[in-house]
Amino acid sequence: MKNSAADIHPGIRLTGKWHNGNYPLIRKLGSGAIGTVYLTKRNGVDAALKISDKRTSMTMEMNVLQSLKKVQGHFLGPCLFDTDDYVSPSGQLYTFYVMEYIQGSRLDTYIKAKGVEWLPVLLLSLLEDLDYLHQAGWVFGDLKLDNLVVSENPVRLRWVDVGGTTQLGRAIKEYTEFYDRGHWGMGSRKAEPTYDLFALAMTALEILNGGRFLKGDTPKSTIRKALSRAEKLRPILEKALLGKYSTGAAMKQDLVKHLMRNKTPASAATPSRVAKSNRRKAGLGECVLLSFYGIACYVLYLLQ
Amino acid sequence: MKPSTLKQILLITDGCSNRGEDPAAVAALANAQHITVNVIGILEEGHTEHSLSLEEVENIAKAGGGVSQLIYKQALTETVQMVTKQAMTQTIEGVVNRELKQILGPGNTLDDLPPKKRGDVLEVVEEISETANLEVLILVDTSASMHHKLPVVKEALIDLSISMNARLGNNKFSILGFPGKRDPAVKVMEWTERLENVSSVFPKLATGGVTPTGPALREAIHEFSRQSLPKRTDGITEYEEFGS
Repeated sequence: MKNSAADIHPGIRLTGKWHNGNYPLIRKLGSGAIGTVYLTKRNGVDAALKISDKRTSMTMEMNVLQSLKKVQGHFLGPCLFDTDDYVSPSGQLYTFYVMEYIQGSRLDTYIKAKGVEWLPVLLLSLLEDLDYLHQAGWVFGDLKLDNLVVSENPVRLRWVDVGGTTQLGRAIKEYTEFYDRGHWGMGSRKAEPTYDLFALAMTALEILNGGRFLKGDTPKSTIRKALSRAEKLRPILEKALLGKYSTGAAMKQDLVKHLMRNKTPASAATPSRVAKSNRRKAGLGECVLLSFYGIACYVLYLLQ
Repeated sequence: MKPSTLKQILLITDGCSNRGEDPAAVAALANAQHITVNVIGILEEGHTEHSLSLEEVENIAKAGGGVSQLIYKQALTETVQMVTKQAMTQTIEGVVNRELKQILGPGNTLDDLPPKKRGDVLEVVEEISETANLEVLILVDTSASMHHKLPVVKEALIDLSISMNARLGNNKFSILGFPGKRDPAVKVMEWTERLENVSSVFPKLATGGVTPTGPALREAIHEFSRQSLPKRTDGITEYEEFGS
């Protein structure tokens, strides 16, 4: 990637070597280990373009996106529009693909703004997608905060980077230590539904603990400590970490049960913080009023 | 398809060789016998790439047809498994490229195929690297300066075992330390499918002495021919159990 900084930058237009698609690079959206993603236009509509000189990894990613396309109908990863090579003026060969641009905010930012009661609700939608993915024979693999986006209309938690997506039963292709059960000594790196559910539970713990935490000398007690901050979600996250949910659907079912059991259903709790603090103020008022009433009664009693 | 076996030597070191033959020449000898040589150089805290001879590390890996990486010890765990996987893909891709040239004529490498076709070929490469049997001989530098890095090496090897054992193919690992008391290298662990036992052998590693990287590599090559030839049968029964 040494030359890419000079070769590839916002403002240039790329023309594909094989399909002749023409794409403007409008601005940089982000970059990872494998490549850089830019905002582009395709037929006048916003799209995302990922480009890299790591052809093998890029081609593997395109393979995954291609396969997910076949089981779509559900939100199984961004839609793939075009795949091609680009030869820069300096002669360097790049591979790129153009996909659906998923706009949204980071999950942690969203939760901070809207309130923690949104976390289980958003997890529900993701669990449904994961279940579809698993049924189609795939495991997401590198599930983590950085790979999740909350998209609006409808509000939904979606994944954006399929680099780690692995066929069921194989070795997980790409992972991040914090979310990897092998790293915590709590399971193998085989692609199984339980692998994704572990990573999802760790994502929830990361948000509830206000950040990642180190493994330490006793990983299990570190996790236990982190779980203690999960409050009502604790039993569900604990089961997911221990691999007790064999499917995303089973975990979703437990989560739904938990949400319905709550006296304040998610919808009632949505007016969130403002309403809550108002309520608190009202409570204070009532308290003062009651004590005045009490004193008045006492005075009346004394006067009698 | 008959499962193939990929052979690798993983050299973990933090210094330049200072005794015996040129390690790059021995690495070339290994490569000629279809053994890939990967090198991980561990940098001392606060030092830059120049303190450890980047050139030597790169040269050994290049001659050995493998992958090299210079890192600080904190990154060792992820690097060990990444280098191993990358070298597997590279080896298989190399074979596929040679075949393509033979079938389609010169100038036909993977890069010359349109993305869709390249994807189909790489799917096969991926399939092979998932199912191939893998034999890794880990050659650990135990000279004095490595002493405080050995616990991290141990962690990284256990992690490598987790990653590799998640594959469908079988694995075998063996560990040599160098230098030995009399020989250039000494066997630390016999060929085994599981590296977890590494915890019990690591404390026994004596550190100190010179760095005879070349002669140690030669010992490592010998280990591949020395290992008992009859294939283990338990691995095959496991296959049958899962297959039915």
